[in-house]
Amino acid sequence: MTSETVIEIENLRFRWSRGGEFCLEIPAFEVRAGERIFLYGPSGSGKSTLLGLLGGVLVPELGRIRLLGSELTRLKPSARDRFRADHVGFVFQQFNLIPYLSVVDNVLLSCRFSARRRARAMAAGGSLHDEAARLLAHLDLEEALHRQGVTRLSVGQQQRVAAARALIGRPEIVIADEPTSALDAERQAAFLALLAGECRAAGSTLLFVSHDRRLAVGFDRELSLASISPACGEGRAA
Amino acid sequence: MSPLLLLAARSAWNRRLTLGMTLIAVALSVTLLLGVERVRHEARNSFAQSVAGTDLVVGARTSPVQLMLYAVFRLGEATHNIRWQSYRAIAENPAVAWSIPLSLGDSHHGFPVIGTSSAYFEHFRYGDAQALAFSAGKPFAEIFDAVLGAEVAARLGYRPGNRIVLSHGMGDVSLAEHTDKPFTVVGILAPTGTPVDRSVHISLEAMQAIHLDWQGGAPLPGLSIPAEYVRKFDLTPQEITAVLVGLKSRAAVFKVQRDLNTRSAEPLLAVLPGVALDQLWQVVGIAERTLLAVSAMVVAVGLAGLVAVVLAGLGERRRELAILRSVGARPSEIFVLLTAEGLFVTVLGALLGAALLALLTALLGPLAQAHYGLAIRARWISSDELALLGAVVAVGLVASLLPGYRAYRISLADGLTPRL
Repeated sequence: MTSETVIEIENLRFRWSRGGEFCLEIPAFEVRAGERIFLYGPSGSGKSTLLGLLGGVLVPELGRIRLLGSELTRLKPSARDRFRADHVGFVFQQFNLIPYLSVVDNVLLSCRFSARRRARAMAAGGSLHDEAARLLAHLDLEEALHRQGVTRLSVGQQQRVAAARALIGRPEIVIADEPTSALDAERQAAFLALLAGECRAAGSTLLFVSHDRRLAVGFDRELSLASISPACGEGRAA
Repeated sequence: MSPLLLLAARSAWNRRLTLGMTLIAVALSVTLLLGVERVRHEARNSFAQSVAGTDLVVGARTSPVQLMLYAVFRLGEATHNIRWQSYRAIAENPAVAWSIPLSLGDSHHGFPVIGTSSAYFEHFRYGDAQALAFSAGKPFAEIFDAVLGAEVAARLGYRPGNRIVLSHGMGDVSLAEHTDKPFTVVGILAPTGTPVDRSVHISLEAMQAIHLDWQGGAPLPGLSIPAEYVRKFDLTPQEITAVLVGLKSRAAVFKVQRDLNTRSAEPLLAVLPGVALDQLWQVVGIAERTLLAVSAMVVAVGLAGLVAVVLAGLGERRRELAILRSVGARPSEIFVLLTAEGLFVTVLGALLGAALLALLTALLGPLAQAHYGLAIRARWISSDELALLGAVVAVGLVASLLPGYRAYRISLADGLTPRL
C-alpha cells in the first residue's frame, strides 16, 4: 500500500445474516488520493451496503477495509464512528438536512462531532461561520439564505447545503450517494461540476455512486459495482 | 456533550406543539402532586400549631378525636356539655395550674362564638408556646363586650366600637338571632394562624345572659329580658363545653387524666392533645395516602404520555438519526439525544408544576384560609416537596430511557440509510 492509497479493500465478503447469501464480495478495490471515482450500480446492487461498510456502520464478515492507512475493520465501533466524523463526508440522495437547523447550522453539523474538522474549518476560514459561509457562497448559495430554515430551500439548494456539510473541514474522503437523482438534467450537471470543483479545492477524494451512467463525465475513473464485486449481479437484492 | 444537548433542545423546540401539550400534562400532574403534599403538610402544621402548653383537654365523654375537633379546632359541634360543678372541681384540683373554660354553640356570620374567661387571654398558647396578643383594644370587661379573632375582624371589617349581633347555633343561615342583646367589639387579637383567628370571644356570663330568655334553642314566647336587666340574674353558667387544663407539673399528667376519666361526678373525657392528634392523623392518614397515591398515578399517566409522544415521533425522525450518524454521531449519542429530550420535558414540567403551585397558593391561599381555616402560605419548596420533585424527575429519566433505547436500536439497524 502506498501512502497515496485512500481506500483499500481486500477480500471483502459481506452478508446480512449468517447462512444467507453474500451480497458483496470484493477481492480488491483501491482508490488513490485526489481521485474522482464514478461507481456505477443499479438500485439494489449493494451500493448502500458498500457505503455502510466504508462509513464503518457495517462490518464485513471477512476481509479488510483500510481507509487512509487505518484498518477500519479492526477499530471498535465508537472508533469507527469517530473515524467517519473526522475523515469522511457524506452526501445522500435526498433529505440530507436536519429540518430544525438553519442552513449554516446544518453545514456546521460535521464540526459538532469532529474536533479535527472543526479545527481545520477554523484554520481555513478564520471562524466556523466564515468557513461555512465561504463554502456556501462557492456552492452558489447566496448570503441571504444562510440564516434560513432549510425547509424553505429548493431541492437543488438543499443538495448544495449537504455538499457544503460534507466538505467543511476538508475530509479526505467525500462519498456521494445519488446526490443528483432528485434534480433535473440541467441542474445535475451544474451540481456535479460544483461538487467536483470543491472536492478538488479541498483536496478530497470523491467517490460518486449512481445508477445513472450519463453522469459519468469528467471523472478520473468509471467503475461498475459488478466489476469490483462479481457476486453482485444485476437486480440481486442487497 | 453540550452540542448534543443543544441539538436535543432544538429538536424538541421543532416539535414544540406536541411536546408542549405533554409538557402541560406533566406540569399539571406535578402541580397536583405537590398541591396534595402541600395541603397535607399545611393541614397538619396548622392543627399542630393550634394548641401548645395545654396538658389536658377535658369534655363530655366522646371520642378523643371528636373532643379535639370541637374544643381545639372549633369544627363540628359537641353532643354533650359538662356541668359547671365539674369545671369547678377541675379548676380547684391542686395539681391544676390554670384552666380555660370554653362554651360553644353560637356563631356570628359563620364564625364560632366562644364563651370563656379572662384566663383565655392569659394562659392560652399556640405555635411555639406564643401567648395571644391584641392588635387593637383589650380583653372583655363589660358583660356585652366581644373580642374578635384577626380573621373575623378582617373579613367583616370590624373595629373596636362596632356593634355586632350573635346568631344562635352554627352555620351561615341562622334561624334565630340574639338581636335584643348586641355586643360591642372591644378588642381584636393579632393573627395566630390558628382557629383563634376565626373565633368571636365573649365571657361565659354573656353567653349565659343571651340565653336567659331562651329554652331548647328558641326564645321563650312572651318572655323577653332586656339587656339592661340581665345583671339582676345569676349569670353563673350551668354548663360549659370543654376545658383546657394546664398542670403545675407535667409529670402529673397521667395521674390527673386517670382521675378525671374515672373518678369524676359525671362521665368526662380528658385527653392529651398530642396523643389525640396522633389518633387524628391515623384516621386522616389513610385519606392522605390515598390522595398522594392518586396524584402519583396522575404523574405516571403524564410521563407515559410523554414517552408515547417521543416514541411516536421517532418514526418520522429515522432520517434525522441517519444524518446524525453519517456526520459521526455514535449510537450512544443518539441514545443520549432521545433520552435527553424526555428528561428535558420532565424537568421543565416539574419546574413549571412547582411554579404553578406557587401561583395557585398565592391566588387561592386566602380563599382556603377563609373557607377551611387552612393557612396555605406561598413559600419556598419544602424538602419533602423537593424529594417528590426529585422522584418525578427520576421516574421521568427512567421512562425516557425507553425512547432512547429504541432510537439506539434504530440507528444501529439503519446505519446511514433509514429503512422507511
